[in-house]
Amino acid sequence: MKHLLGLKDLSKEEILKILNLAKDMKLILKSETKKTPHLQGYSAVLLFYENSTRTRTSFELAAKFMGANTTSISVVTSSVQKGESLLDTVRTLEALKTDILIVRHSFSGAPHFIAKNCSFSVINAGDGMNEHPTQALLDMFTIRERLGKLENLKVAIIGDILHSRVARSNIWGLKKFGNEITVYGPQTLLPPFIDKFANVASSLEEAVTNKDVVIDLRIQLERQKRGLISSKYEYYKFFGLNEDISKFISKDTLIMHPGPVNRGVEISSDIMNLPNCTIEEQVTNGIAVRMAVLYLCTRKGAS
Amino acid sequence: MILIKNADIINGLDKSVKRADILIVGNKIEKIGIDIKIQNPDLQTIDASGKYVMPSFTDIHCHLRDPGFEYKEDIRSGSLSAVAGGFTTICCMPNTNPPIDNRAMVAYVRYRAREVSPIEVLPIGAITKGLNGEELSEIGLMREEGIVAISDDGKCVMNANLMRNALLYAKDFSIPVISHCEDTNLSEGGQMNLGFVSTMLGLKGIPREAESVIVARDILLAKETKAHLHITHVSTKESVELIRRAKEWGVNVTCDTCPHYISLTEEEVIGFNTNAKVNPPLRTKEDVEALTEAIKEGVIDCITTDHAPHHKDEKNVEFNLAPSGTIGFETAFAVLYTHLVKNRGFEISKLVELLSINPRRIVNLKPNVIVENQKANLVIIDPNREWEVKEEDIISKSKNSVFLGKKLTSYVETVIYEGKILKKDGEIKC
Repeated sequence: MKHLLGLKDLSKEEILKILNLAKDMKLILKSETKKTPHLQGYSAVLLFYENSTRTRTSFELAAKFMGANTTSISVVTSSVQKGESLLDTVRTLEALKTDILIVRHSFSGAPHFIAKNCSFSVINAGDGMNEHPTQALLDMFTIRERLGKLENLKVAIIGDILHSRVARSNIWGLKKFGNEITVYGPQTLLPPFIDKFANVASSLEEAVTNKDVVIDLRIQLERQKRGLISSKYEYYKFFGLNEDISKFISKDTLIMHPGPVNRGVEISSDIMNLPNCTIEEQVTNGIAVRMAVLYLCTRKGAS
Repeated sequence: MILIKNADIINGLDKSVKRADILIVGNKIEKIGIDIKIQNPDLQTIDASGKYVMPSFTDIHCHLRDPGFEYKEDIRSGSLSAVAGGFTTICCMPNTNPPIDNRAMVAYVRYRAREVSPIEVLPIGAITKGLNGEELSEIGLMREEGIVAISDDGKCVMNANLMRNALLYAKDFSIPVISHCEDTNLSEGGQMNLGFVSTMLGLKGIPREAESVIVARDILLAKETKAHLHITHVSTKESVELIRRAKEWGVNVTCDTCPHYISLTEEEVIGFNTNAKVNPPLRTKEDVEALTEAIKEGVIDCITTDHAPHHKDEKNVEFNLAPSGTIGFETAFAVLYTHLVKNRGFEISKLVELLSINPRRIVNLKPNVIVENQKANLVIIDPNREWEVKEEDIISKSKNSVFLGKKLTSYVETVIYEGKILKKDGEIKC
């Protein structure tokens, strides 16, 4: 594996390989020293064109735990502010002997564009509304760890499907394992033809009832200036995982969220505190999954 | 003196294909007949056995980027690209820098074209000053200087009252108003067609209604003003349906579509291919079918290329940042032949109607026809040649063709304009 750009084009076997390796990586995370030499001598650059806490830190720690030299470029203080194009930034990074670039960009396809124009490995840490592959991989890892399997599950994805790269990556990834995906959200936040990719529930009750997993999405408040929803309160009342809807969610249903959470908008604090809610666990598993991805991307062509 | 032997001639007056020889003397067709024999040391003979000869093409929607963006294309490079595709009259859109919105700018394009272009270049004037959609430009003065139509192409005149005034005003000068139909409130931020592929790629989509609501609006305004409305680069099934009804209604409306809208779908964008980023965006198979059917029925009057050159560096960026547009002169005929004649069984004469006859009618130009004593403006087409569109073969300064790598059938082999050979056996001679 040279790059990880998305789950759409990854095979079931490739996904399993990452998840199996992540299981071993999690053992390293549990050890006292949290250090392996797998990436010794490699340089990993984090290029984030969008704000991020968990993904960026998670990748950085993953690379550091494996001995890589890491550096983080904040776009706010980089030459991008001087008008440097992404292509020229990529060429500079190449000249700086980058081995792995972890990139987040507000434009869908930006990591694909970089991969076409560079010799180093590119890992997509979220591109526009397209994909967030490591988030979906850590979700899948968490599901398998909790439920003991990754096949034939009923999964609901709730919320802003239109803008969500997490939803897309999860749909691509989970469908490869024969899982049944149902989506639900306000009509203004559902993309066209979503019914070709997933079932569309007609109510929140229907969406969450009899599900093995409910993935609740962050309502992207920064993208809501165009009249897609009317207010946070209304969203919470009709589309949020609130007290009213909690009675329809089984105690065995995993409740997941990619974070960061808007408490009291898409999910209530009470639901977040339930034992079947996996938000923090997902964050920990994220490091293991990213360690696995980094490892595989530096072993290009190796089986 | 040129003698074209054994040509299958489509003269542009009727749909028949007649085999004969054509003798060109000076800038005119001297004689058309069977087995013409001439003894003259200056005679150039072209064997056109198995090939079609038809009137050369006219494009009423292209971008030459001159002045202001000569690094993308200029009047000469654009003209040579047009010659390569068999076009000998091209009408260039006014979105240059500065825009063609006044008499002096029209004069510049006309003067420059006479200086550097081997073909006829006719400017289209801006509807509004600065293409700002606020105030009518000096349409009468521009008409006097040689514009053949007005358009704010690239931008829609969003103010319906101003559009109504433009239609009324253009009537006084007997020119059509070419409308770029796009409701910018609906298309804002959009990167491609809103649909299956945009959902799959996570790209913000442009709903098809961004086009059709303005088509409907402009049809109503044309109905009321009785002005000539020309709707350019039609891309959706709904637009076609509205235009069909408007024509039945008796509205003075004509329209065109481009080769890429009848041959490609939104799926070209998969892989974030910036050459497939065009405006209006590539649509769906259903739209391709509707447009093809509309061509067959005559609802779509002509084909334009919307030749929109961009520099390689401008297209080699993130999809969101890439400008819209594909070049089109050099592939237009072969795309139409491949998709309409070869794949759909259209008569070859239909292409003559779409590329040679109707575009001239729309902008009130005398038709090119292959008859004796008329100007020798013609092309020789090899209908059987198969070729692949390759960057290194493109004549245009820009290489941003959405057809790169596609295999096409038929080739514009020879181009003659006013008796001069501009392209022969695939090679540009001007």
